[in-house]
Amino acid sequence: MKLPRRRLVALAAVAAVPRAFATPAEVDGLIRTLVGESPLKDGLVHLDLPVLVENGNAVAMRVSVTDPPSPVESIHVFAEGNPLPVVAVFRFGPRSGVPAVSTRIRLATSQTVIAIARLRDGTCWRDSAEPLVTLAACIE
Amino acid sequence: MVRVLINVPKQVFRSIPFEVKVLISHPMESGQRRDQVGQAIPRDIINHFVCTLDGETVLDADFFPAISANPFLAFSVVAEKSGILALTFVDDQGVTQTETVAVNVA
Amino acid sequence: MIRHAAVPILILAAFLSIGASDRRSGYDDASPETRAMQDDDAANPAFLWVKQGEALWSGGCANCHGDVSLMRGVAARYPAFDLKRDRLMTVEQRINLCRTDHMAAPAYAWDDDRLLALSALVGLQSRGMPLAARPREPFMSEGAALFRERMGQLNMSCAQCHEERAGQRLAGSTIPEGHPNGYPEYRLEWQGMGSLYRRLRNCLNGVRAEVFTPDSREAASLALFLTVRANGMIVETPAVRP
Repeated sequence: MKLPRRRLVALAAVAAVPRAFATPAEVDGLIRTLVGESPLKDGLVHLDLPVLVENGNAVAMRVSVTDPPSPVESIHVFAEGNPLPVVAVFRFGPRSGVPAVSTRIRLATSQTVIAIARLRDGTCWRDSAEPLVTLAACIE
Repeated sequence: MVRVLINVPKQVFRSIPFEVKVLISHPMESGQRRDQVGQAIPRDIINHFVCTLDGETVLDADFFPAISANPFLAFSVVAEKSGILALTFVDDQGVTQTETVAVNVA
Repeated sequence: MIRHAAVPILILAAFLSIGASDRRSGYDDASPETRAMQDDDAANPAFLWVKQGEALWSGGCANCHGDVSLMRGVAARYPAFDLKRDRLMTVEQRINLCRTDHMAAPAYAWDDDRLLALSALVGLQSRGMPLAARPREPFMSEGAALFRERMGQLNMSCAQCHEERAGQRLAGSTIPEGHPNGYPEYRLEWQGMGSLYRRLRNCLNGVRAEVFTPDSREAASLALFLTVRANGMIVETPAVRP
């Protein structure tokens, strides 16, 4: 009787391994490092995510900057509630057309996602979204 | 060799941005999962992606484990003349793969 | 005269009334983003498997079957009865029989990406066509009985969810009607491609029932019943589902 019980305890311990998650403070620190002394304003950059997410394994995301006053150097995406705070970094080169990228991302849970665009003139712009991630009932 | 699908418009126009769509067959194993006996599954992702047109950069991207399995990317390119669009990506084992497609400017 | 002319029209109307319109494909219940993935072949990850299937087809199947476009309509009629072998067969089993019987090659495992690649390619040729499986007996009745049989520790039948409660919600998801018109399909949950059998196994596990094997008579009979139940619905292979 003891062994199965121990096994059960061990299993429970495995299941309860605390998973480290990013925090808003961690993301805030990364953004401060990225932006440095530059001004950070809301606007210009757009982060499009569905309001209601059907499955967090593949969430359609688009980041874009419309009519930038100076060329867009890069767009950085952060997720406050994922295991890791950084989602992706996109740097735009001389052959880039419209400064926009669509991709699919993983979201562990409902959370705030932040996009920061850095322009060549040194300004940084911010947008955020708060997708609601639902969970399916029947998973494999 | 992972499978790659690249979608470029058949004909594009000088100085007018066009969209390129890319799909790459890759599990993008996040390193956050455990297998059925509780062992951590090691991280295995494409961590860097670069697209160039005749050697000039279009997009240079860093991927993290939050990029979905079988990554999809759509982005915009502007060409002044016909050329070769090259996609290069690197995985966690350091394996690099390059795929090319012709761009025909009208 | 008018009465006579009306009879075939009434019969036709009866068929149409059980046509596609009153049944919901999983596509209809999916989010706009998931539908968009399916609507654009350049954004649908299942086409990575289709591409793999094209390479496999031209490297083997084409020797007998020619261009894959000649497979148009074939997948829409499966599962189909094989007279010679006296058994009901899914597309996947047919592909594997081609390998073992005509190519002296080993059968693919049921969840092998190459089998999914070939069945996706063959299924794609029927995209846009109505499902048209023949309700062969006794498989059809056996499949129907399985659909309504309470199974597993949860003591639930397929019908309880996918017929009686279809359209209602279970946690965050809408319970689908369970039509097999998009297989093999790319499922976001799987982060990959899967067959109808994988989905059936998923359900059987869900109700804690004993899982029948991929080559069992049960699997083929249930697949036949589900397909006939969806006859007339449009093939979406390779579909995208949450």
